[in-house]
Amino acid sequence: MPTIVVDVMPKPEILDPQGKAIAGALPRLGFTGFASVRQGRRFELTVDGEVTEDVLAQARKAAEELLSNPVIEDVVNVAVLTESAQNESQSA
Amino acid sequence: MTAQNTELPLIGDYSTAGPVLTGARIGVVTFPGTLDDRDAARAVRLAGGEAVPLWHAEPDGAAALSSLDAVIIPGGFSYGDYLRAGAIARFAPLMDAIIAAAGGTAGNDAGLGGSAAGLPVLGICNGFQILTESHLLPGSMIKNESLKFLCQDQVLRVENNATAWTREFSAGEEITVPLKNQDGQYVADEKTLDRLEGEGLVTFRYVGGNPNGSRRDIAGITNAAGNVVGLMPHPEHAVEPGFGPDSAAGMRLGTDGLGIFTSVVASIAGGAQ
Repeated sequence: MPTIVVDVMPKPEILDPQGKAIAGALPRLGFTGFASVRQGRRFELTVDGEVTEDVLAQARKAAEELLSNPVIEDVVNVAVLTESAQNESQSA
Repeated sequence: MTAQNTELPLIGDYSTAGPVLTGARIGVVTFPGTLDDRDAARAVRLAGGEAVPLWHAEPDGAAALSSLDAVIIPGGFSYGDYLRAGAIARFAPLMDAIIAAAGGTAGNDAGLGGSAAGLPVLGICNGFQILTESHLLPGSMIKNESLKFLCQDQVLRVENNATAWTREFSAGEEITVPLKNQDGQYVADEKTLDRLEGEGLVTFRYVGGNPNGSRRDIAGITNAAGNVVGLMPHPEHAVEPGFGPDSAAGMRLGTDGLGIFTSVVASIAGGAQ
């Protein structure tokens, strides 16, 4: 079934305590190549049928009104997951 | 067990209280995952009011609210804090009615009509988070700066004693109540913070160190009308000697939180409605 992906990130000006904690853990495991981490979230909305413009518009509205809180977060991506990307994520 | 408790096992039976001292009827909302509803109801009774249980899925929210003088949205982890703290609870059927009655716009959009008087609404901890998600109060909450769950006695300064929920305090009075939260860091943009400060809407401020990184040490705020108040610490856990924070009088004798509840009872009795 087709899937719409919504990515939400904390606003740049909002401190991200979780990302900071992850950034602190990386070098302890030997991952020294990263200066900082910010943690967001990804939603996968499965569509029963075809992804029409109307369904995409609904996804964008849901992303703004429910999936994110505009005071602290930005919706950075709303996109249809392509077949190839879907297969890739399943085999990964 | 009453019939109601059989149907709604998660909601408390508040009817076994002692005599009601005033006519104040104060609703206490229970969502799945709410923890402090019984303590809030007890605080209402100790302040002389009658606590009325409100179930989140109440089919006719407006009717349920019409016989109430105020509403408390207690703390806990409504819907397990899934998505964001308070985000799912905000869309519970009862919330649109509460938003409309409090004078917000979201409920009006839903065709529920608004109350000109502005129902007094208090959101404690998770309730505060629900009020910001509902846009009844500005800003939002993110995880504590320390990433640790906090549980401690906390000193607060009452910055605004003109709200429905703080009128029994004197301005600048310091009170001690428990603080317990994971997502308690109050954030808002600078413009909003300046407006809150400028209009005197900061209602409670942390004293003796900022426990969670909240902007400008803000622990609680109110709306311009003063009927809606949200605060992160828990006044309902500081209402009865023996079960409160330590105070100058002795161990666990602190009852500073009671003033919040006597304030709203006084507001109702005083015809502020």
